[in-house]
Amino acid sequence: MNAVPRDRVRENVFTICPYCGCGCGLYLRCEGDQVVGVLPSRHHPVSRGNLCVKGWQLPEVIQHPARLTSPLRRKNGRLEPVSWDEALAYCAAELGRIGAEHGPEALGVLASAKCTCEENYLLQKFARAVLKTNNIDHCARL
Amino acid sequence: MAGLATTFGSGAMTNSINEIEAAEVILVSGSNTTEAHPQVARRIYAAKDRGAKLIVIDPRRTAIARLADLHLALKPGSDIPLINGLMKVILDENLADDLFIELRTENFFALRDYLYRLDLAEVYRQTGVAPEELRRAALLYGRAGKAVICYCLGVTQHVCGTANVEVLANLAMLTGNVEKEDAGVDPLRGQNNVQGACDMGALPGMLPGYQPVTDPEARQRFAAAWGVEPPAWPGRTLLAMTHGREPDSGDGPVSKSDSPAAKPGGAGGADQPGQPDPASGIRALLIMGENPLLSDPDLNGVAENFRRLDFLAVSDIFLTETAAQADVVFPAACFAEKDGCFTNTERRVQLISRAVAPPGQAKSDLEIIAALSQQLGYPMDYQSAAEVMEEIALLTPIYGGIYHDRLAGGWGLQWPCWDRQHPGTPYLHKYYFTRGRGRFAVAEHQPPAESTDADYPLLLNTGRVYHHYHTGSMTRHSAILNRECRHPLLQINPADARARQIAGGEAVRLISRRGEVEFKAELSQQVPPGMVYGNFHFAEAPINQLTTTASDRRARCPEYKICAVRLEKAGGDEGRRP
Repeated sequence: MNAVPRDRVRENVFTICPYCGCGCGLYLRCEGDQVVGVLPSRHHPVSRGNLCVKGWQLPEVIQHPARLTSPLRRKNGRLEPVSWDEALAYCAAELGRIGAEHGPEALGVLASAKCTCEENYLLQKFARAVLKTNNIDHCARL
Repeated sequence: MAGLATTFGSGAMTNSINEIEAAEVILVSGSNTTEAHPQVARRIYAAKDRGAKLIVIDPRRTAIARLADLHLALKPGSDIPLINGLMKVILDENLADDLFIELRTENFFALRDYLYRLDLAEVYRQTGVAPEELRRAALLYGRAGKAVICYCLGVTQHVCGTANVEVLANLAMLTGNVEKEDAGVDPLRGQNNVQGACDMGALPGMLPGYQPVTDPEARQRFAAAWGVEPPAWPGRTLLAMTHGREPDSGDGPVSKSDSPAAKPGGAGGADQPGQPDPASGIRALLIMGENPLLSDPDLNGVAENFRRLDFLAVSDIFLTETAAQADVVFPAACFAEKDGCFTNTERRVQLISRAVAPPGQAKSDLEIIAALSQQLGYPMDYQSAAEVMEEIALLTPIYGGIYHDRLAGGWGLQWPCWDRQHPGTPYLHKYYFTRGRGRFAVAEHQPPAESTDADYPLLLNTGRVYHHYHTGSMTRHSAILNRECRHPLLQINPADARARQIAGGEAVRLISRRGEVEFKAELSQQVPPGMVYGNFHFAEAPINQLTTTASDRRARCPEYKICAVRLEKAGGDEGRRP
């Protein structure tokens, strides 16, 4: 779809579509650090050589200029770019402070049906072992 | 999912997607399959091409309903009497699978006695489905050798969502359509990894692998691995956190009866339905990749609660409506920029691979969580996602044999996969149900939480379109998808539009007891008279300002599919709220 000469396409990376629960297998056609195209996997048991319109349009979303590229922190009512160190330290301090003052039940965590299994596992471990609360849920009910 | 857990013992699709193709009869309920699950719809089309019969239960005449051999256009929220009616006909016609019922199930007599007493005239009154249609559907399903039921959020997003699922499970067990290939009950999961997030214990009452937090032995296993024991009482559900209180549950005072472990510290004030108590509620939220300020019901209530929070942290790939309200925002890597697994609707755990670097300073959520944990004095020094999966496999029996090296180079593994030699499980409940015997659960009609009246004479139904996805935080960033579907449309039956002198394309205002939103009118026979239908992808027309938080008592799934609304021409600005 994008006019990239064939010899400049570095590789096709096999992965899974991030939209609905069907879980189509697809190849991301990459050039350098750009995703330039999508190919459905011909033999994948779900996609069988086919993608829906959302899957075909993935490169534009991955490379969209509106993607967040820096941690942000609210200062004087506005979100401003800050370093990772500052953002993480601020977040950890606030969670720690509120947990200490009001108990772990005052903390809540929302996991995501869009993130990986590993990330969800780690987030619930974070909630239960670090924040010491079972206040964790995600949008399965929505 | 709670409905399948109580009847079968396992809340997941019992078949594989490809098995649908070989079914003789397919019953689709509350699923706009063509638009929301295109690959499943493809299998249904293929099955039809081979001569399978298709029954669709949906108040709307969707694309899949138009293709159906039989479309049962029930009144919204009348799923339970409809399925009970089907089962009564199946019993009366002697089409029940007595051997299966005898050998594999329990509590059948309670259901049989209830069905004998059921009055089909009453069913007709409640559902609006003519007795002849009901009978045809029952004979079609009851006589099939291999029948598959596919259902989606049209079944679960009701105050009686769990019971809606239970009656579908009853129907499958009554006819012996579980336990075998090409026959079963298949909830179509909406998100790429909603199955995985549930499996991983991102649930207030469940540790990974559906091990209850109330089970001391399960907690001990995790304590041994983590060095910290998880809390013993179930936490708050999503709606309780985003709204600052437990949602109303249609059936009032028994709403907490299913979580016997009371909240410690007497924090009961916040749990009384309808009584927000900020003093004992959530004060800080950490949100990873969700957008509750567009996806949750009664958005004005969510926004109000978020303003009360002391602290909000959001990790996402775009500055979503929710991230814009946060105190701190972490830029996250998207699926193409990290390694890990997604578990699809057929329980297939599949590997995703990093293809490119994240933009700017963005990091994967794995790195973000580990770094936060480090800061709070609990080291998480994983080298890779593969190493996290090794820990998951040790603690989660259904993922016991799932390791990245086994997933690489194949098409993934379907859980349960108990050990490294286990080949995975294409369909569930072979030889025995996960809970031992399948349990018939008797359910009666429960009216929707909100009914129409003179002020709010129409019912609003919500859902997805083909071109966009959920809150649109991804798809609305695609020029081509926006070109295909740019405007938030509201489907109105031509008869309702005529009565209000509304023309197609005209701006209309939709008002519920909770808010008002403007749309462009689309006149469509897809919706029956008395119903309007809209999508929740559009930030400029946040339809969830209208929807209700009334939700199922057991699953806490809000009733997105029904709320009472009034429709007006948008016209001038007079009468607008400031």
